[in-house]
Amino acid sequence: MDTSNIKDSRESVVNDLGLPKKPFRTHGGVHVDHMKNTAEFDSEELSTPKRVIVSMQQHIGAACEPIVKKGDKVTVGQLIADSDSFMCAPIHSGVSGEVTAIGTIIMPNGAEIKTIEIESDGEQTVCPDIEPPVVTNADELYSAVRKSGLVGLGGAGFPVSIKLNFSSDKNVDTLIINGAECEPYLTADYREMMESPEDIVEGTRFVMETLGLKRAIIGIEGNKPAAIKKLGEIVRERSLDERMCVLKLGTSYPHGAEKVLIKACTNRAVPVGKIPADAGCVVLNSTSVSFIAKYMRTGMPLVTKRITVDGSAINEPKNVIAPIGTLISDIAEFCGGFRQEPKKVLMGGPMMGTALYTLDYPIIKQNNGLIFMGEKEADDVKPSDCIRCGRCVAACPMLLTPVNIQHFVEKRDVQGLNELCVMSCMECGCCAFSCPARRPLVQYLRMAKSIVKSGR
Amino acid sequence: MENPSPANPAINTPAMLSVSSSPHRHSGENTAYIMQDVLIALIPAALMSVVYFGWRSALLIGLCTGTCVLTEYICRRIMKRKQTISDFSAAVTGVLLAFNLPPTLNPIFAVLGSVFAIAVVKQMFGGIGMNFVNPALAARIFLLISFPSHMSKWSLPFFYMSSNASTDVVSTATPLAQMSSGKLATSTLDLFIGMHGGCLGETCALALLLGGFYLLLRRVITPHIPLAFIGTVAVIALIAGQNPVAHVLSGGVMLGAIFMATDYTTCPVNKTGRIIYGIGCGVITMTIRLFGALPEGVSYSIVLMNILTPHIEALTQSSPFGSEVKRSGK
Repeated sequence: MDTSNIKDSRESVVNDLGLPKKPFRTHGGVHVDHMKNTAEFDSEELSTPKRVIVSMQQHIGAACEPIVKKGDKVTVGQLIADSDSFMCAPIHSGVSGEVTAIGTIIMPNGAEIKTIEIESDGEQTVCPDIEPPVVTNADELYSAVRKSGLVGLGGAGFPVSIKLNFSSDKNVDTLIINGAECEPYLTADYREMMESPEDIVEGTRFVMETLGLKRAIIGIEGNKPAAIKKLGEIVRERSLDERMCVLKLGTSYPHGAEKVLIKACTNRAVPVGKIPADAGCVVLNSTSVSFIAKYMRTGMPLVTKRITVDGSAINEPKNVIAPIGTLISDIAEFCGGFRQEPKKVLMGGPMMGTALYTLDYPIIKQNNGLIFMGEKEADDVKPSDCIRCGRCVAACPMLLTPVNIQHFVEKRDVQGLNELCVMSCMECGCCAFSCPARRPLVQYLRMAKSIVKSGR
Repeated sequence: MENPSPANPAINTPAMLSVSSSPHRHSGENTAYIMQDVLIALIPAALMSVVYFGWRSALLIGLCTGTCVLTEYICRRIMKRKQTISDFSAAVTGVLLAFNLPPTLNPIFAVLGSVFAIAVVKQMFGGIGMNFVNPALAARIFLLISFPSHMSKWSLPFFYMSSNASTDVVSTATPLAQMSSGKLATSTLDLFIGMHGGCLGETCALALLLGGFYLLLRRVITPHIPLAFIGTVAVIALIAGQNPVAHVLSGGVMLGAIFMATDYTTCPVNKTGRIIYGIGCGVITMTIRLFGALPEGVSYSIVLMNILTPHIEALTQSSPFGSEVKRSGK
């Protein structure tokens, strides 16, 4: 192919592939303070923790089963838990040492889950079996990614291998890289973009080409101009800009929500109850795609995670890279302990994160933030009566009507809730955020979904 | 020293962590702030009414507000419910009711109307957010039907300064009455600044617009209802061959469109619904004005549309994002 010809007609090539110059309009959303206090700090590696507790549930889907037992010696990157289930990602050890117990832990949702407790020997001996995978086609990519234990690192923890394993009749043509990071406080993805921009671009190219996709769009919120510039430059330097672009997104929350991101990048809507592949898209987090590039190079499975530690109660907010299973109390200590007693501790960002009941809890793969909120920040105001102002309706990115859903939940009206399409809710929190009466609307939506699922 | 506690001894571990459903941040908005904004937006019109109609105006506004708040307090007390007077919604109802009364009304009727608005229309249906019609308007209609002669005695601005003010009130025809009798004797400028007879808060369009812009700026209201309402009134007046500007500026259109029809509880929650609702208000208002026996129809139009609100909402229920694809594709 004559390359000079393509360069001359680049404008039309870009248009043919539908690489957007500006994001498309999205519905609803709210403006949340960004509070990216840790954005300009280099990530710091947490020196090997003395002990890790590895949860068997670090992804959406079936829990893993430990394949090591008490007394076994393990090394960094060694497979320690797996499952035959399709919806699953295997788990590897992040430290070298000895398995001291197969225990259990209560997850924040109340379920009990098995754990593997490993006492570190401090050596960080790397598993001898580790070698870069050979990937030449989509099937090999699927099995390599499954073997790496990668889950969506944006927060939901959906096994990435399944995202890549779409059937060919879906006409998937677009790879979207999620660099929105719209949650307040969180800067883990931003640090990945600043510290390993080449890996993000290389991973994007690799996945796009291996899956045979037409185009890739890296969507980054407009509040990260340095990352947009950096990635854009690399894309141009590598002459990938015919098929790949860096798109500056709006700064309203939740631009990083999968369906909102797809709308902003391609103007497509994921059909209700369907997956991104049904809209012709595969969406990967920027850190996930960077991990894929690193994995192809080194073969080291997902054993560490960068986590933004912030909030009014922590002494030194920073981005910490820690082995999976590190206890939150150890991370708090690494960040200089507490400035004031934490009242609420969140796993994830303040909009969608889970409140933890103990600091004696391990970090998991999809963890991207630990927010320690002090007394004032965690202040929970009691809800008052709904005044039907309609702010929740205007804020909902999925065009739902939370104001009416809450009444149907109180009446346990299954049919009514079905008609209001409550299953479309992604619990982004825009409704409750904007509610002047402080109605716990996300909680109502969760109840609504469980009422619809159970049928009563 | 080894600490037997499971958490890390090197940091001061909290005794108890609070857990709750996400989101863990909030916009900081609350009902009281919104109601305070509405009260602030009503200040220009309240000041102008005192300028035009004197102390009677101040008395009625104060009396209605006080009675509404007191009634709400007593009702909540009797029903053993949480006190809600601090959300300022009762105060808003009081001011709005006063704005809808003739300046020379006997104060006893104002008290009666206020008690009716809060006790019957608002609290008997469950308090804030539960009333199906606007309490202030329902109370105005209650007074209008019960005491028609008292409720339609209009006086000119500055009547209190004229020499015979002490003996009796100078009565005048409102611009709408002038229009229906075929001859509008008030200039557009006078209509705009409020130099004409009418309810004490509805005459000064300029002051009401100022308040309206404040509410839009503070995002307390969206422009859909006022624009649809006022636009419809103007268009119908134009079609009927009457002066659209006079129709928009006289009577209760401005007050109704900006402050009454936009009452959260009784208007639809979505944009499409709000536009339909605003158009409906305009159509009913003009139907009453052009063909009805009454000179003015804003109160009735809003109350009627209040009643239709649940149906408008049901008809304009948006389908969730992604459902269009399902319908158009196969």
